[in-house]
Amino acid sequence: MKIVVCVKHVPDMASEPGFTTDHRVDRAGVQGRLSELDEHAVEQALRVVDAAPDTHLTYLTVGPAAAAEALRRALAMGGNAAVHVSDDAIAGSDAPATALVLAAALRRLEPDLVLCAMASTDGGTSLVPAMLAEHLALPQLTFAAELTVEPAATTVRVRRDGSQATEHLESPLPAVVSVTDRTGEARYPSFKGIMAAKKKPLETWSLADLEVPAEQVGAAAARTVVDGITARPARTAGTALPDEGEGGLRLADFLSGQKFI
Amino acid sequence: MAEILVLVGHVAGQVRKPSLELLTLARGLGTPVAVCAGADPGVEALETLGRYGARRIHLVETEELEEYPVGWVQILADMAAETAPEAILLESTPEGKEIAARLAVRLGSGVLTDAVDVRQGPSGPVVTQWAFAAGFTVTSRVTRGVPVIAVKPNAVAPSPAPVEPSISRGGLALDEASLRTRVASRAVRQSTGRPQLTEAEVVVSGGRGLGGAEHFGLVERLADALGGAVGASRAAVDAGWYPHAYQVGQTGVTVSPQLYLAIGISGAIQHRAGMQTSKTIVAVNRDPEAPIFELADHGVVGDLFAVVPQLLDEIARRRD
Ligand SMILES: Cc1cc2nc3c(=O)[nH]c(=O)nc-3n(C[C@H](O)[C@H](O)[C@H](O)COP(=O)(O)OP(=O)(O)OC[C@H]3O[C@@H](n4cnc5c(N)ncnc54)[C@H](O)[C@@H]3O)c2cc1C
Ligand SMILES: Nc1ncnc2c1ncn2[C@@H]1O[C@H](COP(=O)(O)O)[C@@H](O)[C@H]1O
Repeated sequence: MKIVVCVKHVPDMASEPGFTTDHRVDRAGVQGRLSELDEHAVEQALRVVDAAPDTHLTYLTVGPAAAAEALRRALAMGGNAAVHVSDDAIAGSDAPATALVLAAALRRLEPDLVLCAMASTDGGTSLVPAMLAEHLALPQLTFAAELTVEPAATTVRVRRDGSQATEHLESPLPAVVSVTDRTGEARYPSFKGIMAAKKKPLETWSLADLEVPAEQVGAAAARTVVDGITARPARTAGTALPDEGEGGLRLADFLSGQKFI
Repeated sequence: MAEILVLVGHVAGQVRKPSLELLTLARGLGTPVAVCAGADPGVEALETLGRYGARRIHLVETEELEEYPVGWVQILADMAAETAPEAILLESTPEGKEIAARLAVRLGSGVLTDAVDVRQGPSGPVVTQWAFAAGFTVTSRVTRGVPVIAVKPNAVAPSPAPVEPSISRGGLALDEASLRTRVASRAVRQSTGRPQLTEAEVVVSGGRGLGGAEHFGLVERLADALGGAVGASRAAVDAGWYPHAYQVGQTGVTVSPQLYLAIGISGAIQHRAGMQTSKTIVAVNRDPEAPIFELADHGVVGDLFAVVPQLLDEIARRRD
């Protein structure tokens, strides 16, 4: 079986990124990393590999040069190979354009299972997985909190904790699945894994390689436009009183003052 | 005026509240058309849709969408082709987002999710979203195709504006793509009797500081004393102390109540993403350096097992 995990290199949310004046994510001084949610998708793929070692696992990313770091990190966790789609024309792409490029790469890689995470941590829209499924005319199982792949039966089953119900969904393979952080903790790369990752094949593909016309991607092809971004006024910390035996009473005073009691 | 397609849901003959919110927003954009599928919604639901401004109710007479939810993409794509609507509104939930995504690709449209407001602008709907843990407010527009907009539950208070709706009917022949994603079973979550987390005026959330599932009773008692809902941090949910449906934050729900109480929660950025637009924030934490205090209007630095019981007693005393 062939699995491709789509991973994204994102600004680390811990460094609290902002926006530039032209409405792009301000990456200056912000650490990049493999999206923490994508680590859960990597983990789920590796669990399939653990159970069926003849599984071939490739990582795929679309992004600038630095995005290769996300691929190396994923390779250090396990898996066989990686593909980096990189092209200056891709800068500023929205979800539909990103999905278009990923789908073109996936057509080449011909996986039985495409794994994504539920969202990119940098303000992701959760749209890319279902968009990939639509481009590739594949079924989708999104927001999986639990995933069971049955390579022999060529089916995939998931549990989804939806907005109103817990659902069990299933589809035949090939399929696109997105997973949540409920699927289980991701493994940490070992030193051996980090060393091994340096020798694993990492290919770089351009738009021309994928025969995707440059005018279909990038900022100019975007189907949405940002008109304005304003920083929410920072909350000002109020009083934080040490509890000297009457903390609960003072809190009751505060809540009464605000008419909550 | 151009039509605005609104995907509406109904349960047991009642229109779901988020659908009424979508209709309320749709009225500001054009003529709302409620697209309704599944089992016969019933007279009461149809009346409700009219009361909230649906000029037309389009009934798709099939029960198969329960089992094959991707079929919604077909319905909305077909309607978009027929009637050239001004916009398509649906809920920004896991179920809504996957429909929005596929639909946008099929229609060649732009799509915006997690909308907290939608208003008519000089060149189409203007969508407000929050970005980066709600630290920024972003306004955007769709510039290509029929705008597909997924709106967060509780974005507006539903308000009635009665009209006499016309009713149209259609069927659905599920295509190959729709049939391959199948819901094998569905267990609807039971109501706790407390207000819905996303709608509550008061939310009391517990974190790792509670130390165990058995102590969540303290959080529940405080929520009940204040007429609020219970929430939890991911650490508490991961520990199995409280169900995931109550998780507040980046990978849980976003809440924006009048009052948010964080009990034994440190205030990690991913938690803040789900609560920092709350009107008033209160924190109880024994660590004076906990980041939650940077947001709190009132903080108590102390042991929650002393502070919360004292607060509960005091609330009871003042009410006597
Ligand atoms: C991709 C991703 C998504 C995430 N999504 C979410 C999300 O949706 N929601 C979320 O909450 N988190 C989320 N997290 C996790 C987040 O980073 C934090 O780990 C989590 O919020 C911590 O929960 P906590 O505050 O309960 O626990 P801790 O950070 O351990 O804090 C516990 C607090 O309790 C205090 N305490 C302990 N004992 C007492 C006592 N007796 N009295 C008073 N105070 C006490 C401590 O001082 C401490 O500040 C996410 C993380 C990632 C990477
Ligand atoms: N540029 C990208 N490269 C590779 N995978 C991506 C990219 N953008 C999104 N994805 C995948 O789609 C998932 C959801 O992303 P999003 O739709 O941006 O929230 C991510 O967790 C990834 O698995």
